[in-house]
Amino acid sequence: MSDTGHDHHEELGFWRKYVFSVDHKVIGIQYSVTGLLFLLFGFSLMMLMRWQLAYPGQPLPILGGLFGPTRMPGGIMTPDFYNQLGAMHGTIMVFLGVVPLAVGGFGNFVVPLQIGAPDMAFPRMNMMSYWLYFVGGVVMFGSFFLPEGPAQSGWTSYPPLSNLASEGQTWWLVGMLFLIFSSLLGAVNFITTIIQLRADGLTFFRMPFFVWAQFVTSFLLLLAFPPLQAAGTFQLMDRLAGTSFFMPEGLVVSGQVQELAGGGSPILWQHLFWFLAHPEVYVLVLPAMGIVAEVIANNTRKPLWGYKSMVYATVFLGFMSFIVWAHHMYLTGMGTAMSSFFQTTTMIISIPSVVILTALILSLWGGSIRFTTPMLFALAFLPMFGIGGLTGLPLGLSAPDIHLHDTYYVIGHFHYVVAPGTIFALFAGIYYWYPKATGRQMSSFLGKLHFWPSFIFINGIFAPMLIQGMAGMQRRLYDGGMIYGHSQDVLHWHKVISFCAWGLFLAQIPFIINFFGSLRKPKEAGNNPWQATTLEWAAPSPPPHGNFATEPVVYRDPYEYSHPDHGEDYLPQFQPDAVAAKSA
Amino acid sequence: MSHEDIDHHVRIYMRVFAALVVLTIVTVGVSYLHLAPGPALALGLTIALIKGSLVACYFMHLISEKKMLLWVMAISLVFFFFELLIPMVTEGNNLHMGA
Amino acid sequence: MSSVIPYTVEKRPDTGLNNVKIGIWLFLASEVMLFGALFGGYILLRVGSTEWPHGSDFGLSVPLAFVNTLVLISSSVTMVMAWASLMRKDTRKYKIYMFLTVLGGVGFMVIKSIEYSAKFSHHYYPETHNFLALYFTLTGLHALHVVAGMVVNAYLLWPGFKMWETNPQQFTNRVESAGLFWHFVDLVWIFLFPVLYLL
Repeated sequence: MSDTGHDHHEELGFWRKYVFSVDHKVIGIQYSVTGLLFLLFGFSLMMLMRWQLAYPGQPLPILGGLFGPTRMPGGIMTPDFYNQLGAMHGTIMVFLGVVPLAVGGFGNFVVPLQIGAPDMAFPRMNMMSYWLYFVGGVVMFGSFFLPEGPAQSGWTSYPPLSNLASEGQTWWLVGMLFLIFSSLLGAVNFITTIIQLRADGLTFFRMPFFVWAQFVTSFLLLLAFPPLQAAGTFQLMDRLAGTSFFMPEGLVVSGQVQELAGGGSPILWQHLFWFLAHPEVYVLVLPAMGIVAEVIANNTRKPLWGYKSMVYATVFLGFMSFIVWAHHMYLTGMGTAMSSFFQTTTMIISIPSVVILTALILSLWGGSIRFTTPMLFALAFLPMFGIGGLTGLPLGLSAPDIHLHDTYYVIGHFHYVVAPGTIFALFAGIYYWYPKATGRQMSSFLGKLHFWPSFIFINGIFAPMLIQGMAGMQRRLYDGGMIYGHSQDVLHWHKVISFCAWGLFLAQIPFIINFFGSLRKPKEAGNNPWQATTLEWAAPSPPPHGNFATEPVVYRDPYEYSHPDHGEDYLPQFQPDAVAAKSA
Repeated sequence: MSHEDIDHHVRIYMRVFAALVVLTIVTVGVSYLHLAPGPALALGLTIALIKGSLVACYFMHLISEKKMLLWVMAISLVFFFFELLIPMVTEGNNLHMGA
Repeated sequence: MSSVIPYTVEKRPDTGLNNVKIGIWLFLASEVMLFGALFGGYILLRVGSTEWPHGSDFGLSVPLAFVNTLVLISSSVTMVMAWASLMRKDTRKYKIYMFLTVLGGVGFMVIKSIEYSAKFSHHYYPETHNFLALYFTLTGLHALHVVAGMVVNAYLLWPGFKMWETNPQQFTNRVESAGLFWHFVDLVWIFLFPVLYLL
């Protein structure tokens, strides 16, 4: 970090400024744009699958010829290709889309600004995190062009299937290792930055809730990812060196006894995978809650209700998320004592989520709400995440889970958490911080044209899934379950869902136009277009390298809106008391 | 840190080094006694735990380190034990506990 | 306008730490979780099998591993002595101790490769048995850490040493961080040795 010791006055070249930049804002935008592109790509995979589910075995019109005879002979999707699309949809959405956007994108761009820091604590390591993520993304994307296609054993990659799968699975594992390294470096950087680079006067309990959310998220990434690293190493050994970490003795595949040493345990993979993947759920959700908290405080013009209890709930949530993972594994034959233990911890972990959600809802009470585009998305987050959370309760209890396990109900449940939940919050964040990143406001008309259809269609996708699942329809079926008698009554929902999915795609077009079109507007947003109180609004829009013209000092709590002793309805953290008193 | 402090540290390092060597010899020596698996495991892991703590406390200076770092390590140790033990306990129905 | 990152070298008053110290410990925390998962896998596979071999069944050599343990422990001591020499501004001794540390790493890797080739010559491969799979994976990952630590130490011994002239405090901090990593690698071996060879 020796070269940061002197001031940069010389102009950096194009490559250093926009590509291999060490500036947290450029890296944040790189993460965001890459993440958004992967979200679109992952969504496209799903739209293809939705054709197969709505019209099983019928050729895909217009686009069907593009995918070649191995994937779609005569425009009809093969079962293998369907499995590949499903596995890669999950992987891309979680590891290449949502997490990079929520943590890499918003975390990078917003956290140093909100704590009044000139940059992240380790700028070059920050650049390395992005490029490791990028390489991981390239490996994942590249695996689509393998002769036998990408990974096809689900985003969970359960062995023995994944051990026996084609070469794409190896690429998946290598890609995951890159993504894990990237997340680890990022997590180290975030935690150090938040502990060390807080501005003068910014104590832990004056930090905006978003910073707290990122802080806990980083700990989850730091401590939960290594088990998947270990599991990935084991699986690579199984696939490349012929070991049997996950392979039982005498395994028979297609009538053939496998020539293996055996003695391994497929369940070991599930333990290590879910040891990561349950905390990962909160990695997806916490930054979203952070964004929603910022937007709600700003648009209700009130301090957050119960800020401290939200912070404590977040920390507790982070801790508990490490001891609930086996609720994904009730049907693996674990003993009743252990399933009782995990049921109990699972019910306990719902409490802090409810605390946070309740605090956010109570924050609305008595506010003079501004229905801006970010606020619409943030408001939609509350009931959507609520549905996602509540539908999780039956899954967390081992008895109802026997019926619901591996059905569309599960898909509906976690998509409610992540899609109309987290992704809506991420949209709120984009609309909210776009003026800070670019100096320009996004169009509010196009924003509403994006929000309302998205809101309707996304519910049209996931609500029917809950119904299908409760009827017992299984997930990951190539034909959508049409050969099963118990699915017949709910099969017709497939068409509804598919049309809603394609409608949801159309609803994103106003967003894309808005996102790029607004870049052509003049830079008129100003430093603080939303009249907000937190530190990022003290910096110019867009903030220059080094962020703040003078080192900011923090004088008060983060959400001093509508302070009774103050004239204006917002009193920023960075405004000195003398000035505050004068304008009163 | 003054030179006297450093000299004091160096004396501690030498003692810790001696202890580590002795404990390594002990752990190898015990293995030649061919104890039953249970006691052998308990003894071997206890000695390893002592050696590990010596390295962490003195070579890595954890014993005089700031509280914040101790908290970080404490949290990761808690999760470390979850990682080690819960998978095993969860599979308790299907396991053979003899070595 | 400047972009100086504060507390890269000096300590932040309220935390009493600099950025690098926090960063390296956080990294080590994640390493604890990595090896925790590997050991967890070991435990699950061991207790899940009807019979578990002893290291000697596959010709694991206790004397070689014993010597290797001593080599690694000694290099941990020389590492901490290298740091202590820097604190005394004694760069000659620093170089000697750091050289010994790197040498220790080399010695460890040489002995390790002798062990590996002995296994291969007896046709003991990772796929032969899950014990060997664990042995090769765990020691292999540990060896990767040893190599990484050696690269860092060698850098601090030769090309990286020029920082001592311009910023001795930051250089000392770097040696301390490299030392923390090196001790951690030693610590992992302290557990691997009995688990794989003796128990």
